[in-house]
Amino acid sequence: MPPLPIPEAAPLSWYLILSAILFVLGVAGFLFRRNIITVFMSIELMLNAVNLSFVSFSYKLKQNDGHIFSFFVMVVAAAEAAVGLAIILTVFKNRQTLEIDEVSSLKN
Amino acid sequence: MDAILFLLFAAIAVVCAINLVLQSHPISSALSLVGVMGSLAVLYLLLGGEFIAMAQLIVYAGAIMVLFIFVIMLLNAGTELKTKRHLWGMYAGVPLLLALVGVVGYIVHDVLPASGAVVFGSFQHGNPEDIGKNLFVNYLLPFEVTSVLILVAIVGAIVLARKEVD
Repeated sequence: MPPLPIPEAAPLSWYLILSAILFVLGVAGFLFRRNIITVFMSIELMLNAVNLSFVSFSYKLKQNDGHIFSFFVMVVAAAEAAVGLAIILTVFKNRQTLEIDEVSSLKN
Repeated sequence: MDAILFLLFAAIAVVCAINLVLQSHPISSALSLVGVMGSLAVLYLLLGGEFIAMAQLIVYAGAIMVLFIFVIMLLNAGTELKTKRHLWGMYAGVPLLLALVGVVGYIVHDVLPASGAVVFGSFQHGNPEDIGKNLFVNYLLPFEVTSVLILVAIVGAIVLARKEVD
């Protein structure tokens, strides 16, 4: 069996494909999981995947603007986590459940 | 060497992400997410983003995940119940997601012009000095707006999580 053809340095497209895979896994977690905290963590995974794309394109374009965008994404994610977890606390206080299927007052 | 490092940490990230989706206990998912974030920080370093790698470790793997684990512990979240899966999600979602990966991979690999290799150390603008110059010269207004956003988030979190005053 010949050795696998691993290049000396990884091409940039590998980073972008890894980013796509992580994003899709985040979407899958968002769709298939029933725990509200895990759904929230899947959103964080999607944000991370997009950050990887930003940093990759920043490398390609030889500018650090992408780093600043991903820094802003991190700040927004932190704010979102604070507010979202407060909402989760309130939901749990009112309904004693973390299953998103049971929080369906707005349905129909 | 760069390629081996990339493959190693990309594999760790993907395995941890799959584990996040498959585990049924929130704590396992949270620890998997920490693994994803740590390996992504290494990939940022490979891409020359020293500042953003440290910010990833401190803000994401540090602050945000501590908040998540704190809430999981506080609410004593247990294993999630096996409920009736939505058929739409199962039978349409998985093929669509695979198709998304396929399309993105095709576009990135075959349609876009060849992107060249990522050589560690060839990108020199990711240090805090250059980031700071760009942030406070060209992106000053978004930076200030961000501070307002954080203030709103603080107030919102306090209002949502406080005890009701009778």
